Order: sequence, then structure tokens, then C-alpha cells
Amino acid sequence: MLKTTVYLDNAATTKVSDNVLNAMLPYLKDEYGNPSSIYTLGRNSAIAVNKARKQVADALGCEDGEVYFTGCGSESDNWAIKSTARMMAQKGKKHIITSVFEHHAVLHSLASLEKEGFEVTYLPVYSNGIVKVEDVAAAIRPDTALVTIMYANNEIGTIQPIPEIGALCKEKGVIFHTDAVQAVGNVHINVKEQNIDMLSLSGHKIHAQKGCGVLYVNKKYRLTPFMDGGAQERGRRAGTENVPAIVGLGVAITDAVNGIDEKNAKLKKFSDRICDEILKIDRVHLNGDREKRMPCNLNFSFEGIEGESLLLQLDLQGIAASSGSACTSGSLDPSHVLLSIGLPHEIAHGSLRISMSDYTTEEDIDRLLEVLPVIVEKLRNMSPLWDHIIKGETFKIK
Amino acid sequence: MIYSEKVMDHYANPRNVGEIEDANGVGEVGNAKCGDIMKMYLKIEDNMIKDVKFKTFGCGAAVATSSIATEMIKGKPLDEALKLTNKAVVEALDGLPPAKLHCSVLAEQAIKAAIADYYTRQGIDPTPFVGEIKDDHCDSCCGI
Repeated sequence: MLKTTVYLDNAATTKVSDNVLNAMLPYLKDEYGNPSSIYTLGRNSAIAVNKARKQVADALGCEDGEVYFTGCGSESDNWAIKSTARMMAQKGKKHIITSVFEHHAVLHSLASLEKEGFEVTYLPVYSNGIVKVEDVAAAIRPDTALVTIMYANNEIGTIQPIPEIGALCKEKGVIFHTDAVQAVGNVHINVKEQNIDMLSLSGHKIHAQKGCGVLYVNKKYRLTPFMDGGAQERGRRAGTENVPAIVGLGVAITDAVNGIDEKNAKLKKFSDRICDEILKIDRVHLNGDREKRMPCNLNFSFEGIEGESLLLQLDLQGIAASSGSACTSGSLDPSHVLLSIGLPHEIAHGSLRISMSDYTTEEDIDRLLEVLPVIVEKLRNMSPLWDHIIKGETFKIK
Repeated sequence: MIYSEKVMDHYANPRNVGEIEDANGVGEVGNAKCGDIMKMYLKIEDNMIKDVKFKTFGCGAAVATSSIATEMIKGKPLDEALKLTNKAVVEALDGLPPAKLHCSVLAEQAIKAAIADYYTRQGIDPTPFVGEIKDDHCDSCCGI
């Protein structure tokens, strides 16, 4: 039986930390009260949820009352974007600005708003995978309702100029939302200093459990409820709170934010080492800007190789990673992110994402660097495309 | 998406990988844009497939279908090899995820293309034996 021994897919999800698990356990066992109940058991749960809310608020630099717990990052994105759009439409503003390489939770929310008659401007991200602030400025119109740009890209790890976009939106009086699911715990965020009006995050990317997210909303704005029902989340998001997950998220975000500098110092060393070694291989490309990226995330394209094959070979060696090839995306095209930075299809198919966490060790990197070049050579030896590439033939591209 | 044990076995230990130096029938189908290319090398003697090897650029299913298809035609007469269907390839692998079925079509087409090349080299029009080869599988790609 195969076993994953080296986990390098932390952008997909992370393991629950011991701190988080220990904080959650009482709320899975003895403290099972409903936070809406009046008696002690219920109050204990309500106190725990409030404590977690304060932990999130402290981590983001906002007030407790601006934090809403949701079911996941995608829910936070859906809620922020759709509710803001419909709220602003009543004021005659039906234009939204975003980037071409947002997460599908954002892009598909916007696609559904387009069907309702909203107009969306999709900004380019160029070959370095970074939005230009001047492009945002040029796209803002009198009827712009919302700017939504991700803090850091999930596939290639590039960091966007969020404080600059925040300042611009403030100056222009446009609401600014950022999907910070990948950035929290990797980049220093302060929503007030950085003029962020709304921010989405997810617990399971920072060592909390799956199924719990947060939407921060500046108190200036009162979003319509995402879920109608009871009075939970100040009547904005009904449904009994996922108390253990919320408690875990509070601990996770505190640990993540406090540990940013230490973690990044460690992961930058790993990242540089991986880059230096992997880029020695013939016809390999690093996707996205080498400097303006989160140290935890690296994305390479190997010419002549298909990404899923690469993942399966790594899996046979106990290493877990990810790819943006069509065969792993489940559609005809490779990842929209890789295409957005200008990669041709055949190079985007050969992509590999390596994403690290606090738990990543030097031994993990040793193992990756021992195994990966051998796999690349093996796959290229059996690739007719590689034969065409090294002979300098341009294979038919339909 | 989960692959059968048979697929994983053929992926991890592909049979008949490589090239045949003196192959007398070579066929290549698929394209780089779609993310898979399959190339079959055949050594044909007395209308029998004496040897077969393949090279594949593609996903796990593409490698596994190539591998099992070579096993299924090795040592077989040409008319029998031409009867190999993508369905038979899928069955031999204990099934493929729906999004990967096109890979089995590619294996079937690669064999046909290699046999067609053999007939052409012999100065024989391959069309009556092989029919039309559709190497553009993109339309049926990835479960759409």
C-alpha cells in the first residue's frame, strides 16, 4: 500500500495542528451546547465562538463585529461579491472589476452576475502573474460597484499589490474585496491599514479543519444575508455555528499570523534551494514572478511532460503535489491561471505546483530533489513530444 | 478521480516502452495542445505483429492504455490487431474514469495509424484495411 510521506500540497489543504486539535476537542465532546441556548452549556459555546471571533479580528486588524463565520472560503467569496453587487445595483452601479486569474469561487460568482446583467472587467496579470494598479485605476468608472482582486494566487503564489489597490479604491470610493484564502498566514495583512473593505479566508489552509471560513466586512456595509434563518452571525448568516471548527480557526489564525516571519524565513531557504536545483534541468520554467511570491508556493512547467503523469510518478515515491494540467483540472483546457500568464497549452500541461507549510522539513526537500529530476528524465525518455522538442520540430498545434 | 489497480499497475510498470530501430510501421496520434500524444512502433513480419513498442506524452490513463494495447496486439495477425476497439482496452484495464475514456480511443487510433503506415510503406493503400484515422480526439476530450 502506497503512503504519502512527503506532503507538498499545502495550497490544497493542510493538516490540523496539535494546538488546533487540542482547542477543538472539548467542543466535540463535553461542551456540545448550541451557542443560541440560554443555559450554561450553550453559553460556554457562545463564549468560545466570541473568543474565536476576537482572535480573527486581532489577526486581521478589524473589530469583532466585522467578522462573520462561514462554511468555507468559497462561501465567503460568493457572499461578498453577490451581495455587494446586488446592494450597489440599487444605486445604479452594475460594473465590477476583477482579474483573469481569480479562484473559480470568484470567477463563477461573477459569471452568474453577468447573467443577471452586471458588467465585469477582467484585468490581465501579465507574464509575471501580477495585476497592475494603473490597470485597476484605468478600469474604474462612475458605475463601478466593486473591485475584487485576490491577495495571492493559489496556483502560482504571486502576491498582488493589495495595499495600493486598497488606497486607490478608497480614493475613488469603490468597495474593495480580496480573496485572501492563500495569503493569510503567509503575508502580513491589516485590513484597516491596507484599506480592504471585505476579505475572504478559509480555515483549512492554515491548519484548522475543513468546512469553516470567514468573511470580514467593514462595518460601513451591511450585506444582505447569505443564508436566511436564525439570528446567528448577527442575522447575516443563519445556521447553527460549527463551534469546534470556529474554535479551531481562532487558534489557527492566531498561530499563523504570529508565525509568519519565522515560517517565511525557513521556507524562503527551501524555496531558493528548490528553484536553484530544478531550474538546472533543461527546459524548465518557473511560473510567476520569482521575488513577488509567497515562499511557500512554487510552480514549474516541464516541457515535454504531462502534469498528471508527473503527479502519479511522485505519488509512487510517496510525494504529494499538484498540477494545472487539463487532465487534473477535469476540463479540456489546462489551468486558466497558467494560460493567463501567457503559457501555451502544451507547456501549461506540464506544470507542477509545490506548496509548503510550517511542517515542511529539510528532509522533505532533500527527498523531492532526489526524486524529481529522475522522474523528469524518465517521463521525457518515453515522451514523443520531448523527441519533437529536442529535434527542434514544432509539433502540430491545433 | 480514482484509477483501477490495473491502470496503476500499467502506469507504474508500463510494458513495451521505447522505440523499435527497424520498425516497419510507425504511427503517431494526438497533439500537444490537448495534452496527449501516442506513438506506436510495429515490427511486422508475414502479416504478424512480431514486436511493438510505444512512447506516450500524456496522463496516467494515456500511458496505461498504450501499455495494455501493446500487450493485446503483440504476436497477433494484423487483421486481429485492427479489430482492437477502445472498448476492449477499457475493459482490459477494469474501466477508466469517464473523463479519461478518450485515452483509449487514442490507443486504438495509434495502432491503426502504425498499421496504415506499414501498408503505405508496402505500396498498398491502407484505407480498405484501416479505414479513416481520426487523430484529433480533442472534441471528445476530458469528459465533455
